[in-house]
Amino acid sequence: MGESLHCDLCGKPAQVHLTQIVKNQIQKVDLCEECAKTSGVTDPEGFSLADLLAKSFTGPAEESEGANLVCEQCGSSARDFRKTGRLGCAACYGALQPVVLPLLAGLHKGARHKGKAPARQWRRLELTREIESLERQMQEAIKGEDLETAARCRDQLGALRAKLEGPVAAS
Amino acid sequence: MNILPILDTPAEVVPGGSPPGPIVLSTRIRLARNLRDFPFPGWAKEAQRREIFARCAQAAQDTAPMKKAYVLDLAALDDLEKQVLVERHLISRELSAGAQGAGVIISRDQSMSVMINEEDHLRVQVMRPGFQFKRVWKMADALDNGLEEKLDLAFSAELGYLTACPTNVGTGLRASVMMHLPGLVLASQMEQAIRAVNQLGLAVRGWYGEGSEASGSIFQISNQQTLGESEEEIIKRITSVLQTIVEQEQNARAKLMESDSAKLLDKIGRAFGTVRNAHVMTSVEAMNCLSLLRLAADLGLLPETERSRIDRLLIESQPGHVQLAARGTLETQKRDVARARFLREQVASLPVLNFDRAFEKN
Repeated sequence: MGESLHCDLCGKPAQVHLTQIVKNQIQKVDLCEECAKTSGVTDPEGFSLADLLAKSFTGPAEESEGANLVCEQCGSSARDFRKTGRLGCAACYGALQPVVLPLLAGLHKGARHKGKAPARQWRRLELTREIESLERQMQEAIKGEDLETAARCRDQLGALRAKLEGPVAAS
Repeated sequence: MNILPILDTPAEVVPGGSPPGPIVLSTRIRLARNLRDFPFPGWAKEAQRREIFARCAQAAQDTAPMKKAYVLDLAALDDLEKQVLVERHLISRELSAGAQGAGVIISRDQSMSVMINEEDHLRVQVMRPGFQFKRVWKMADALDNGLEEKLDLAFSAELGYLTACPTNVGTGLRASVMMHLPGLVLASQMEQAIRAVNQLGLAVRGWYGEGSEASGSIFQISNQQTLGESEEEIIKRITSVLQTIVEQEQNARAKLMESDSAKLLDKIGRAFGTVRNAHVMTSVEAMNCLSLLRLAADLGLLPETERSRIDRLLIESQPGHVQLAARGTLETQKRDVARARFLREQVASLPVLNFDRAFEKN
């Protein structure tokens, strides 16, 4: 039918052509039958063009910044991300930042999280900060030979550390 | 074939609670979550995936909403069982095709499920009949809090919940509603509506795929963006769009009744005749007929209380469910015969269509 288009993912002749408009931007994708299937276009549950574009954004042409980055935590690379559209682990967001961050602006409403946070993680963060400040106080008290204050700090530290470890031990 | 007890219960789009109303069939929220200390499922080794499954399954079972939940290891299910779970929207196709360590926890009433080792370690899902975002968000939030008590989740202060695909990062939230829009489809306004909705950053999909008109005029509308807005803002945005679509659908229906009621009532009457008498029926035809029967209930031609029966039949006439009822795999032709028989039996007790009501009501 008319011009022959090639699959954006593998280059074979394209059979499936999709257009989606997001924020007044027209996005077009052409796919071969196989890639259409594996990319989930035929799956009404999981498909969005944005997902697919996240992959083709980072398509073969772009070999510039961050192309050789590798995440030390899990060993996955910017190249892996380009191929699959998926990151390897949570640390990849830091390790592959130059590749990932520019994408987010195009995909989302903003670049900063405004939603909920895991309560326990905030509690832990607060506890950690409290412990750090108490440790400083204790060191100063020891330096100043104020043993009474140092002892009080030590007791409080013990209680806070137990609190910090409590829920962790349970998991 | 060994049928799981959960599958032997009726397929409820309505897992208890209030009956679904016109236009909005169901409300769903899913949250994508990951463990901090493991690679994402696609990158994890098999042993890690098993470890992830064990930890997440335990944590989920320890939460109050998941008391006595069903815990299913996908590797232990046959293809038909998986297909039935997909048709009930309890698991995704991606999970059903998943590798080792993929599993799902499903609450007793089937309103909540936690998929493990899908694209992310955890996919928390809550589904309720009708339009109920407030309630559904509250339930999902509570279940999420329960999981977080036991698990160290991947979270950053700047980017929120970290997910395998950057399209889900932030809130990890996808809010969606299943809408029945026969008025817009019959008035050929659906394409226009989809374009308008897309422009607002929302996605429109079919219920079970296969071209929009061919699948019972049922559409799923959901947010695409997950970062930069709070959960409440996302829900508010999709709610306002949804209300506009409901109004447009109501207008389209009123106009159809006004301009060409005979054509509309003819379609409904024929659909009723077909499900009552057909002996061979494809799943697409079944969905189209049932869609018109649902419209009949909305217009008052059938008692409103029949809507939940029709919603159940929409799911139970899907290929997996027809074979489940037959207790084994059936080739397409036999399936179509079994489906027609099943529907004939199921609608035999429906009252006759009361066409006069259509004019009283409108």
